[in-house]
Amino acid sequence: MQTKPRLLTVLDIVTVVMLLAATWMVFFYAPTEAVMGDVQRVFYFHVAAGWVGMLSFLVAAVAGVIYLIRGDRKWDTVGLSAVEIGIVFAFINIVTGSIWARPIWNTWWTWDPRLTTATVMELIYLAYLMLRQGIEDPDRRARFGAVYAIVGFLSVPLTFFSARLFRTIHPVVIGANAPGAEGQFDMTPLMLQTFLFSLLTFTFIFVDLLWHRIRVGRLADKVEQLRLKTIQ
Amino acid sequence: MQAKPVKDDTTLLPRERIAPSRMPASGGFLRALVAITWKDISAELRSRELLTAMLVFSLLVILIFNFALDLDPATRKQSTITAGVLWVIFTFAGTLGLNRSMATEKDRGCMDGLLLAPVDRSAIYFGKALSNLVFMLVVEIIVLPVYSLLYNINLFDPGLLLVTLLGSIGYVAVGTLLSAMAVQARTRDVLLPILLFPVVLPVILAAVKASTGFLDDLPFAELQPWLNLLIVYDIIFTAVAFMVFDFVVEE
Repeated sequence: MQTKPRLLTVLDIVTVVMLLAATWMVFFYAPTEAVMGDVQRVFYFHVAAGWVGMLSFLVAAVAGVIYLIRGDRKWDTVGLSAVEIGIVFAFINIVTGSIWARPIWNTWWTWDPRLTTATVMELIYLAYLMLRQGIEDPDRRARFGAVYAIVGFLSVPLTFFSARLFRTIHPVVIGANAPGAEGQFDMTPLMLQTFLFSLLTFTFIFVDLLWHRIRVGRLADKVEQLRLKTIQ
Repeated sequence: MQAKPVKDDTTLLPRERIAPSRMPASGGFLRALVAITWKDISAELRSRELLTAMLVFSLLVILIFNFALDLDPATRKQSTITAGVLWVIFTFAGTLGLNRSMATEKDRGCMDGLLLAPVDRSAIYFGKALSNLVFMLVVEIIVLPVYSLLYNINLFDPGLLLVTLLGSIGYVAVGTLLSAMAVQARTRDVLLPILLFPVVLPVILAAVKASTGFLDDLPFAELQPWLNLLIVYDIIFTAVAFMVFDFVVEE
């Protein structure tokens, strides 16, 4: 039986401490935004969750490519784990965005390119899970999962560009802003520090969860093999 | 008298028959591709089950939209409605065709036969994609005049036809790959639209926008980004499907 690696325990503790620190920073360290008020504080975790969502789907696509080349089931576990984490964080991203949009845009939802892309991404990876559920043979399930993770990930930028050809109202906080964006603001140094620390924290959460999920996946594989052995 | 023909059969003919299909050259690839497409088309010409289903379904969708969207003369003059309804028809009818086309291969064990054939796997992909494209274009060529007739709108615009062709290529390129996966799953008939629609959204978006533009006689420069997007999508996803199709049909 595998014991939990020491490093993973350390990572768990570091991640929890960082999350507490980031939460404190969001509420007490960062100044209140002049126009939007306290609801702007959602921004720090909103962007960080979106970043983790994108990162997970990138990891899943890369793991898919490696699986198709090498044929090692380890990479299939990585891909599935990343997709599961990505779905959760992409959902957090959408929900926190809605909470912010209600007072600022005066609506829970609008079909802006980013919102459209986020929704489509969520749907693609839900379809990924449904595809896997429908296939019994583990090798075929892994191959199809890898193929769909690649195809899905490649379509995301195209969805974004096609939706962007419509006019956008989503603020671009980093880099050039599109004319007509509503709810934009400039970050003060304290805000920027909080924001960057949130990004780092969420990246740590991602790595920690991914590690745990991969371990669970491997143990599940082992249990499956042992069960097959006892049946024989 | 009897010995000579027997000798000819065993020595000359088999070699001649086998040689072209085993050739790895591009001539063999193209011939295999055309053979697979032709097999689908001739099967369809005899059974007519796929095209009939797609066409009747398309007409039913037109009928439903007529009442669901209340397409009175004022509403249907808006080209957004026309382009939108047309692309919904093509998307849904296309799913029906893709599902059926792959299911016949799977159900009667034809896919195994195709895989055993000494040809490149990508020839199977391109052959199936080409026949799917032909079916989709046939449906579109029939639906467009019928829609023109029923709603008194002139749809014979070369630009609109170009958009329809480009959109169908992108749709079929991804659809053929995903339907090959969907038929091998337990929930196959429900699975294809769920897999396909989120991935193919850029095509639908660009095709609807470009069709609307052509119907409104917008200048070509304004529509170019949408056409570019369609072309880029077609190229990227044909290439990706070509690369990964091997893994989808592998046993």
